[in-house]
Amino acid sequence: MKFQALFGASALALAAVLTASPVTAASVSISCGAVGQELELCREAADAWANKTGNEVVVVSTPNSTTERLALYQQLLAAGADDIDVFQIDVIWPGILGSHFIDLAPYSVGAEKEHFSSIIENNTVEGKLVAMPWFTDAGVLYYRSDLLEKHGEDVPQTWEEMTATAKKIQDAERAEGNDGMWGFVFQGKAYEGLTCDALEWIDAYGGGTIVNAEGDVTVNNESALAALKVAGSWVGNIAPEGVLNYAEEEARGVFQSGNAVFMRNWPYAWALGNSVDSPVKGKIGVTALPKGGSDGKHTGTLGGWQLAVSKYSKNPEVAADLVMYLTSYDEQKRRAVKGAYNPTIAALYEDQEVLEANPFFGELYDTFVNAVARPSRVTGTTYNQVSNEFWNETHAVLSGTKSPEDALSDLERSLKRMSRRGW
Amino acid sequence: MSVAAASASELTRARVRSAWIFLTPMMIVLALVAGWPLIRTIYFAFTDANLSALDNTRFIGLANFLEYYEGEWYGLLVDPDWWNAVWNTIWFTVVSVALETVFGMIVALTLNTAFKGRGYLRAAILIPWAIPTIVSAKMWGWMLHDQFGILNEILMGIGIISQPIAWTASPDTAMWAVIMVDVWKTTPFMALLILAGLQILPTDCYEAAKVDGIHPVRVFFKVTLPLIRPALVVALIFRGLDALRIFDLIYVLTSNSRETMTMSVYARQQLVDFQEVGYGSAASTMLFMIIAVLVVLTLTVGKVRLGEDAK
Repeated sequence: MKFQALFGASALALAAVLTASPVTAASVSISCGAVGQELELCREAADAWANKTGNEVVVVSTPNSTTERLALYQQLLAAGADDIDVFQIDVIWPGILGSHFIDLAPYSVGAEKEHFSSIIENNTVEGKLVAMPWFTDAGVLYYRSDLLEKHGEDVPQTWEEMTATAKKIQDAERAEGNDGMWGFVFQGKAYEGLTCDALEWIDAYGGGTIVNAEGDVTVNNESALAALKVAGSWVGNIAPEGVLNYAEEEARGVFQSGNAVFMRNWPYAWALGNSVDSPVKGKIGVTALPKGGSDGKHTGTLGGWQLAVSKYSKNPEVAADLVMYLTSYDEQKRRAVKGAYNPTIAALYEDQEVLEANPFFGELYDTFVNAVARPSRVTGTTYNQVSNEFWNETHAVLSGTKSPEDALSDLERSLKRMSRRGW
Repeated sequence: MSVAAASASELTRARVRSAWIFLTPMMIVLALVAGWPLIRTIYFAFTDANLSALDNTRFIGLANFLEYYEGEWYGLLVDPDWWNAVWNTIWFTVVSVALETVFGMIVALTLNTAFKGRGYLRAAILIPWAIPTIVSAKMWGWMLHDQFGILNEILMGIGIISQPIAWTASPDTAMWAVIMVDVWKTTPFMALLILAGLQILPTDCYEAAKVDGIHPVRVFFKVTLPLIRPALVVALIFRGLDALRIFDLIYVLTSNSRETMTMSVYARQQLVDFQEVGYGSAASTMLFMIIAVLVVLTLTVGKVRLGEDAK
């Protein structure tokens, strides 16, 4: 009797506990990059959203190399895993991964109209808005304003001038006992980053975008050859041999510790280069990448990252809400001011606080809006192979194992073989 | 006589039966974890399977291996990248296993002599082998770094080089850097296997050699080496197999670079980076066949030599 009463009472208590607990709180996980301040900014924003909505959010950090990150995502998504709800995806991936993501249009309720239309178009696959733009990117040239002034040099306007200036300052600095000084660092490792860098060199000379919009292989031309000849002269001359294994963060490591005159990188390096503990704080400038010869053009490769919701997610509505929060005007402004991540909302480029933190956002607005896109749309799911061939041939030119002529004709042949039945 | 034969064969049958009973569970497990994936990989090698749409798979015969299309040959067998990977793998295997055998032998001979603290030294020497490859590869990656690496710092400090060397980036040194790290990591394993062989050697041959006043170097080549050959062949096959499928060390140190790409790195790149499950499976199948042929060759050569010794 006693036992029964006790049992009944505890069952009641259990039921009360179960029904009283909130049923709305959900847990979602988001994968964020960890290049520079990305992870920190992502975590702060995710926590702010969690506090606001009462949901729980888990931040997962991913490999720094875009190539490795894509491999990880492909394995997760091909297995239909629900471990990650929100994916941070590269601007070139909607075509490759789009089929695994939900349509965000029902959740954005028109918010995408404030963003750059070219990126929204890029993120729309077969009529579905598979990802919301988070930040955009274009390659820019960083320089040591103090060193240029000291040696009486102007900011270079062409790649030839950049090469000569880098060489001159590097030699002069070394003569003064600054042994570790190098002229130029960039992303020379055999990975997607080298494709971005090399496309900028070729486009600066008017050499096209490897594969044109119609799908023809156009890379083997005189302008591309001129670009690769200049680039091929750098390693060992103005760039350390180790640049052949540098990604973004390795290049920034050398530049920010004061050992390079010029650096090609994305805008994020600005905030870190000017942070309190940076040895080059206040001594750096940013400008558009040089032109290819006097008739060339300033250009930069379109980069940038988007947020997408996995269709294998258990809580797609909650995950979509997180995406809309992270890509909103206020959050993009916070990221621009604190981390120099380029907003994808045009209005933010006229915001006083954003321009104060990043003066070059205004000057380089055209570079960001007219950045050259990699041929990921036309080559579709084959893009990764095209890029792989391109970066490998470029890497061979940089390391001196192949002449630019041979590399371009080999590249043309392998790309034509690859596209024998269309892309 | 006939009764004895009958009972003997009865006994044999019973033994065979129980042998099968004991073997069956293991064979089922092997078939599930090794046989099934292998058969599936070989099946995929003859299809155009793609990682993003595995349900939409068509059978395309030998096209992944070799295909004639509009006047040109396509496929794995005419892919220069593949043959470059095969060559890299074989070069890596031959050089690293040879070095590991020599160093392992020296370490084993040293540890086989009696001295104080031998037990601790034997345990300590296993440390490089016990560290997970990913960890030690990343650690070496930093030590070999061209700007911040300690190796360049030391070499420049003692004046051997005047400029830092980009060990893992330069095409001249990338493969050697990988080989060096692999030798560092796997020499203890070789030493352990050889040491096991040394421990069971009979002492009388050595006493006889000592009485006859034979030079120790001669003793090593005429007595020790022939006696430990069976252990050495086993160790060589183990290491050779391991080296032929090398992946993690190379992927961490030099990523997908062509200079150091091995067969496994090539297959993974096709399977994962390019999502070409069909073509990547064809590469995996070739990798499997190349290793199988090499094992059969090594075993045959090893046995022939053992047979000669017996005469």
